[in-house]
Amino acid sequence: MASPAPTIGAGSSRLRRMGLATGTGTLVAWVVALLAFGIVWQTAELYASWAQEYPKTWMVPAARWVSAFMKWLVNEASFGLFTFTDLTRFLAALVDTPYTAARSLLSSGLLSGRGSSATQVLPPLSWIAVVGVVSLLGLYAGGVKLALLAGGCFLLLAVFGQWDSAMVTLASILVAVPIGVMGGLLIGIAAYRWPRFEEAITPLLDLMQTIPVFAYLVPILVLFGFGPTAAVIATLIYAMPPMVRITTLSLRGVAQEIIDLGRMIGCTRRQMTWRVLVPSARESLMVGVNQVIMLSLNMVIIASMIGAGGLGFDVLAALRRLQIGAGLEAGLAIVALAVALDRLSQGFARKLSQRSPASEQRGLVARHPFTLAALVLILATGLVGLAVPAVQAYPPALEISTGTFWEEGVKWININFFDTLEALKNAVLLNMLVPFKRFLGELPWLGVVGLLAFLGWRLGGWRLAMLAGVLSALIAATGQWEKAMITVYLCGVSAVAAALIGIPIGIAAAERDRLWRWVQVVSDTLQTLPSFVYLMPAVMLFRVGDFTAMIAVVAYSLVPAVRYTALGLQKVDAGLIEAGRAMGCTRWQLLTKIKLKLALPEILLGINQTIMFALSMLVITALVGTRDLGQEVYIALTKADTGRGIVAGLAVAFIAIIADRLISAGAMRAKRRMGLV
Amino acid sequence: MSLPQPKLICRNVWKLFGSGAQEFMASHPAPTLEELSAAGLVGAVRDVNLDVRAGEIFVIMGLSGSGKSTLVRCLSRLIEPTSGEILFNGENLLAASEARMIEIRRHQMGMVFQNFALLPHMTVVANVAFPLEVQGIDRTSREARARQMIELVGLSGKEDFFPRQLSGGQQQRVGIARSLAVEPELWFLDEPFSALDPLIRREMQDEFIRLQSVLKKTIVFITHDFDEAIRLADRIAIMKDGAVVQSGTPDELVLSPATDYVAEFTRNVSKAKVVKVASLMKPAGAGLNGIAINAKATVAEAAPLFAEGNDVLRVQDDAGKTAGALYRSDVVDMMMRG
Repeated sequence: MASPAPTIGAGSSRLRRMGLATGTGTLVAWVVALLAFGIVWQTAELYASWAQEYPKTWMVPAARWVSAFMKWLVNEASFGLFTFTDLTRFLAALVDTPYTAARSLLSSGLLSGRGSSATQVLPPLSWIAVVGVVSLLGLYAGGVKLALLAGGCFLLLAVFGQWDSAMVTLASILVAVPIGVMGGLLIGIAAYRWPRFEEAITPLLDLMQTIPVFAYLVPILVLFGFGPTAAVIATLIYAMPPMVRITTLSLRGVAQEIIDLGRMIGCTRRQMTWRVLVPSARESLMVGVNQVIMLSLNMVIIASMIGAGGLGFDVLAALRRLQIGAGLEAGLAIVALAVALDRLSQGFARKLSQRSPASEQRGLVARHPFTLAALVLILATGLVGLAVPAVQAYPPALEISTGTFWEEGVKWININFFDTLEALKNAVLLNMLVPFKRFLGELPWLGVVGLLAFLGWRLGGWRLAMLAGVLSALIAATGQWEKAMITVYLCGVSAVAAALIGIPIGIAAAERDRLWRWVQVVSDTLQTLPSFVYLMPAVMLFRVGDFTAMIAVVAYSLVPAVRYTALGLQKVDAGLIEAGRAMGCTRWQLLTKIKLKLALPEILLGINQTIMFALSMLVITALVGTRDLGQEVYIALTKADTGRGIVAGLAVAFIAIIADRLISAGAMRAKRRMGLV
Repeated sequence: MSLPQPKLICRNVWKLFGSGAQEFMASHPAPTLEELSAAGLVGAVRDVNLDVRAGEIFVIMGLSGSGKSTLVRCLSRLIEPTSGEILFNGENLLAASEARMIEIRRHQMGMVFQNFALLPHMTVVANVAFPLEVQGIDRTSREARARQMIELVGLSGKEDFFPRQLSGGQQQRVGIARSLAVEPELWFLDEPFSALDPLIRREMQDEFIRLQSVLKKTIVFITHDFDEAIRLADRIAIMKDGAVVQSGTPDELVLSPATDYVAEFTRNVSKAKVVKVASLMKPAGAGLNGIAINAKATVAEAAPLFAEGNDVLRVQDDAGKTAGALYRSDVVDMMMRG
């Protein structure tokens, strides 16, 4: 049992070199803390088993409490005039009406009657009309190039036979985005105006962004039932927090003089908000709109688990049946949709910030060429479509299915490379994953809680120590320790792998302009992809299990490591680099002795982001059979067990919060030490 | 000669930053700098008394951190003063309701900002018309008014440009046009030319003097540039650490600086170009004849008239009546000393 001790010692010396701890006093503190940890670990098994494994009798039945609370909410809670159930029904109706409208427009057509006896009164928009309108939007927002890109992406959807699913997904987004943007804007404005309100919602926003998405699918499933409405509501909850934050930030970024101007010319509060503040901040607000669109897309895909339908459902179904080809096709359709929506919204943001002088003395046709062209297109294709079915719906005969192609491809890889892949997988599993997993599993919970608290104390004082200690103790107290350790292990291994791959790429890209441009294009595209998509290729090659999960997580969380490293290096003061060169540093010395040292805080933040990305992806890999907290949430979702889902979800959120706060505090310390703050 | 009525009077105005400022002010009516720092407060404006007369250019001059920008924002209550009285046309602004303040700001005050504060999403004409739009004036009449103002500041032809398509000087002309659109009685200019290049600054100062000769507004002008202050001001107040150290006409400041701090500014100023003949003349003896000079001319302008060998000039007021005598020796004395 003595072998792991040097590992920890090595860890502490590495920490010291990273600048997390300095001076002899610190060294002594570390030695004492590690000794205490060692003692707890070595003796707990013999003398105090309660410190090794959290005793069952001390367990807090949090899951039962949450479930009971949910039951009470659904069955008994009342606000006097109306019950809680009335409220959720009202909210559902609020979302349902626009959703039905959007869906009729894009996918089902206007129906009369209910269920299977419904008859179509009016057909939906024809595929030509949709592709045309999207191209026109592109033309308006960014010229011919954008028009071709956006139109092309949509055309792909039709050609590859993904049209119907894609339109269902698009309908959900079309409903979720405006509500999300408006809601986020209003909440953000409220937070800007009333600091009390902001204080109240900030922890809530933190939690909403760290709690894994599956976890709040569970209560939503219970409250709103299975179906697209519930999916849209889940999407709203997921996509709104960034808009709230960006709104408050960008309103706060409005120059004081502009605010003075507003007051000086006698604006009322409402005029101040809508005529002065919001328009002045609109460029940064558009960043928020883009975020809402991309997050909505991501969530609409995930929410297929509670009935969103569309492309997400296709991927999910394919994953469950291990139909790689079909899943990959749907995945590619998601990519096409994501790219089109992302570039279009960015195009509109640019358009807003560089409007040319407007001339107003022109006719209706000249002033609204795009709107009119779109209307003409819709009407014309609609009318022709009544007579010619190929105009209304893309003719199935012309569809190209690549499903079999991929299927064959995978088969070919598996036939020819099975042994190689299998050997690789087993080697990594046996030599890295399994030993690390076992090591973490053997650690005494009390020791880990104490060590985290100690780390918090060293990095950020008593408050951070309390936070780290209490949150980790809570994970143990709710009976999640074992699963949490598996989560930590998978997340840790993946984050380390992502950092080991990503940081060198970032370093290489920082110094080579052309490479940097490529890296930017690739990472932009990777970041627009919904997390679901990452599962497909991993499953294709390695089937299910921890290793597959790790591959998907590494792929997903690679981007921040690359990006922050490159940006951090590029931000290093050019004067210092010149000074280094003047002193005769070699390139290597320049990199290791000056650049990396100064970029350290940024790189730490990148690692932090990598961990956050890894955690959020990890939960989704529950679909490929991990045994961690994510799986726990996923099982809760399939059983609609609110308590179990929320408690496990919170445990993931706690891990995220502990990691985030500790690393941020470390980065802050490093920055302060170098006088960068 | 009776002075015009003060338009804006400032009595014992204080602005303290920090928590508990209000209570502290109630218990310490006249705190010293030491008392303030002991209480953890910052005295941004300390016990300021001013009166701005109708139609004059009143310049508040001070270095950064002297509290001049805070003071001008107190005058329009953009910043709430901690204590004191601000009388505008006899009405105490600090007692006015929020609705009344909106009313006053909409119709009687205008302000020009250091960094222009133009709304980036609006054209020039929309920016200038914006104060009228806020008042609910219909589009046709507000844009007509805006076009007049744009012409007044010499920007005709740029109506449909966006702010970022204009140079700094042009942007500030838009800011000036906007502040004049509501025909304010009281015009605040907060370092309007500080963000501009020196050459453009000079040009804008000339433009400002031209505008004022037409408009005859009551003006409170903030600057950190002493040369700009004496060039434009009818009267100047010099601020340091939140308090006014001296206020008076440019002549008074140049001829008799009250403190070393003020003297530091006036030292490098060529006095003859600032001081008016009226400040240097002596009482005229009976039967003084010869070349006449206006009492409002500067000493530097009077100097060439001595070239023909006169020892004394007759100083006359605007009506041509003798007001005093200007002696060659006094002028030489002043010019020799710089």
